[in-house]
Amino acid sequence: MSTAMNVRYLRRRFWNIFNLGMAVAMTLFGLFWLVWILWTTLSYGATALNLELFTGDTPAPGSIGGLRNAFVGSLLMIGVAVLIGTPVGILAGTYLAEFAQGSRLAGVTRFFNDILLSAPSIVIGLFIYAVVVVPIGNFSGFAGALSLAILLLPVVLRTTDEMLGMVPGTMREAALALGAPHWKMIVQVSYRAARSGILTGVLLAVARISGETAPLLFTALNNQFFSMNLDKPIANVPVVIFQFAMSPYPEWQHLAWAGALIAAMAVLVLGLVSRFLIKDRSPR
Amino acid sequence: MSEPQKTKISVRHLDFFYGSNKALIDINLEMPENQVTAFIGPSGCGKSTLLRVFNRMYSLYPGQRATGEVLLDGENILAPGMDVNMLRAKIGMVFQKPTPFPMSIYDNIAFGIKLYEKLRKVEMDERVEQALRQAALWEEVKDKLKTSGLGLSGGQQQRLCIARAVAVQPEVILLDEPTSALDPIATLKIEELVSELRNQFTILIVTHNMQQAARVSDYTAFMYIGEMVEFGPTNQLFTNPGKKQTEDYITGRYG
Repeated sequence: MSTAMNVRYLRRRFWNIFNLGMAVAMTLFGLFWLVWILWTTLSYGATALNLELFTGDTPAPGSIGGLRNAFVGSLLMIGVAVLIGTPVGILAGTYLAEFAQGSRLAGVTRFFNDILLSAPSIVIGLFIYAVVVVPIGNFSGFAGALSLAILLLPVVLRTTDEMLGMVPGTMREAALALGAPHWKMIVQVSYRAARSGILTGVLLAVARISGETAPLLFTALNNQFFSMNLDKPIANVPVVIFQFAMSPYPEWQHLAWAGALIAAMAVLVLGLVSRFLIKDRSPR
Repeated sequence: MSEPQKTKISVRHLDFFYGSNKALIDINLEMPENQVTAFIGPSGCGKSTLLRVFNRMYSLYPGQRATGEVLLDGENILAPGMDVNMLRAKIGMVFQKPTPFPMSIYDNIAFGIKLYEKLRKVEMDERVEQALRQAALWEEVKDKLKTSGLGLSGGQQQRLCIARAVAVQPEVILLDEPTSALDPIATLKIEELVSELRNQFTILIVTHNMQQAARVSDYTAFMYIGEMVEFGPTNQLFTNPGKKQTEDYITGRYG
């Protein structure tokens, strides 16, 4: 090997090591913050974990309680948001991927959906405040669920569109070549092929909306007491965390940390489930 | 091949367009029942396009249209009132790449049957078994009918697709380069299968492989740049071609 070659080789080797080193360092840098956040949540939240958290409701300052009303309120609103947002998102995504290929309407819809996808959640909250809360005259769990549904919709729409787009055209043709009507082809073949991907999208969307605070401040507000009435203001985890963490009362602060920990764990579990689903999709 | 054969499909003055681009030019052809007809010709000659006319596959795509007549047992399938789904029940198709549906082997076969018939479990089991036997796949999959069709090898997947097409009990089966994604042994199996299925079905096969056409077909059509150059009994076309172009192609001078 000539010396010139050797220098080149050494230079290449240096850059390889340098780039690899930087990539690893940056990964560790990113992980560092994530671990710190989780650790802080865990260390503050774990001490506040007890059974009372799930059986008691948010207490008055100075007394003991839990977050039952907030958990139930959040679950209710997320549930209603999923019930509203998922069908609309899946049907609209189906339209884009299966019926509107290359049409102008599809392009416009995708563009606006992407804007909705990246719209600040506080804007959505204000919108629902203006068109739902103000005309009706009071804050309500339903208004909160509606704003969460609007946040969930574009994620589901886009995932459905993309996942159906990955279903090979030959598979569609094969179903149609058997004489299957279009809708049967979509329901029994396209959806089945894209099923776990679409479900993953829904789970990630749920993870996204479950931590949203801004839109709920204007819509669901909060409720100190246990309530399952969506016509009235309703307690929810993010707003309770927001109020309690900022309060001067140590009991409230502890509850805020406990709520934060539970919320983080819930999102983590959703993430793990969707990862599992993605793995499941790859052909065996 | 002594007695006169009934014509299954006749093509009359067929033109085909991709937008304004004319891909098939005045095709005329009579294909006999329960025989294998092979379509050969260089890439882009229109043989796959022609095949996709027979089950109106092209009509999925705006901008593609066919003019002229294609008669299936005397009925023009290009007529506006034609029920495309019923047509596809009579004319099955197998594609170049195996396309098993993302479901179990059993459900892959049952999918097509369920489109047309409501069967009891026992009857459905029989039909699935029968289809898999016809496609020479039964022995290999009988113990794993509930596992995913995607878990099979490429050759098995293609035979699954043939079984799926056969299960609907069509009259005609279209094979669009069914072995071009398969290894020689899987190819051989598919070819043997075609020879067996010819007794029950009229088979039209598009192939890149002239030897394959010579091995499996009774009739061969040679196409070149959208035109039907020559059509005749396979033996005759390969040993004593009537046209200079055909001779050039089968002797490997172009294409």
